[in-house]
Amino acid sequence: MNNQALYNYILGVTDNSLILAQRLGELCGHGPSLETDIAITNISLDLLGQCRSYYQYAAKIKGGDTTEDSIAMLRTEREYVNVLLVEQPNEHFGFVIARQFLFDVFHLLQMQELQNSKDETLASIAAKNIKETLYHRRFSSDWVKRLGDGTEQSHAKMQEAIDALWRYTNELFEITEDDQKMIDAGIGVDVSKFKETYYKQVAEVLEEATLKVPENKYFQTGGKKGIHTEHLGYLLTDLQYMQRTYPNMKW
Amino acid sequence: MVKEAPKIASHLRPILESVPDPEIPVLTILDLGMIREAKEIDGEVYIKLTPTYSGCPATDVIGDDIRTAFEKENMKAHVELVLTPPWTTNWISEEGKIKMRDYGIAPPLSESADKLALLEGEKVVPCTLCGSTNTHMVSQFGSTPCKALFKCEDCYEPFDYFKCLI
Ligand SMILES: [Zn+2]
Repeated sequence: MNNQALYNYILGVTDNSLILAQRLGELCGHGPSLETDIAITNISLDLLGQCRSYYQYAAKIKGGDTTEDSIAMLRTEREYVNVLLVEQPNEHFGFVIARQFLFDVFHLLQMQELQNSKDETLASIAAKNIKETLYHRRFSSDWVKRLGDGTEQSHAKMQEAIDALWRYTNELFEITEDDQKMIDAGIGVDVSKFKETYYKQVAEVLEEATLKVPENKYFQTGGKKGIHTEHLGYLLTDLQYMQRTYPNMKW
Repeated sequence: MVKEAPKIASHLRPILESVPDPEIPVLTILDLGMIREAKEIDGEVYIKLTPTYSGCPATDVIGDDIRTAFEKENMKAHVELVLTPPWTTNWISEEGKIKMRDYGIAPPLSESADKLALLEGEKVVPCTLCGSTNTHMVSQFGSTPCKALFKCEDCYEPFDYFKCLI
């Protein structure tokens, strides 16, 4: 068993949820309506809860004085391997929904595969995540449809967000060396297997929302190698502030 | 549907029954079906606890509350968090559902009725105040991720509906 590869694989799966949870948490008290505010922070909480299970497991694999908190809070920017999509800023509500939708469709497919992992811990965390992720996907798809098929203005803003974030979707299907090792071991998910399904499911919702599927073929990537957009650094300053200022503080 | 009966030693049951859910204090953790196993070995207690939702901040508190409840009885309790099989609302006891409704939260309906309510907008969730099913969903997420927000169109009561998780 290659422990380093497994450790890296787990971070690859769950850093996405951590960073997205933080982005959504920024909206606490700033949602466009009370109901969406609550929904978004609830999704944030779900994602954060999911992260804890993975990071606890990763900490066990790593051993030493590594803890779930040190993994989540004390890495440098280059050590986070989330995809670029989830670190993109909130901009307007259309962006929040588009980012969520483009991630949720992927996340659900990924968890549905991961529950069959030969690694029992990963399989059981994934099985638990699926139930929650289904609600997230339903929430974001509903809003894509409501805004896309809404007023002229909401339609334009929703399309703008989908167009802007589209370039980050291809990275979801990138496979790193460690991913490949874990796929070969029957532990990791071969994301390329459901790439077509992903784009098909996304297109179905966009179509129902009267939105256009973007045609641009230029895709940006880097997050999985730790090379991020300028937005991540600012996000991490917020995320890490407490642990850096008051090391080892606990609630 | 996973229908495994939890294995709980009967003499430990009264102590577990004294531990409320921090979010819905009228319910005990037994009502919610969160205890999957409780046994005593050589004077120490071993508990398997399953979280309802991954992000539920109450899970850590419940672990502490269980240990404290047993300490009062001069017993040491070891609480282990188990994720498999994942918790489902089917594990909430019938008594728990009644307590929940009296508390003002509509308990989870059957899986099919839940889908109708949340996806098709069918009026099937009864108002906790007047019992009318002339209700509609205001938001898929209520005050916590496990609940959706509903409103009664007859008596105008806003209330939480505990979503079905299968
Ligand atoms: Zn009513």
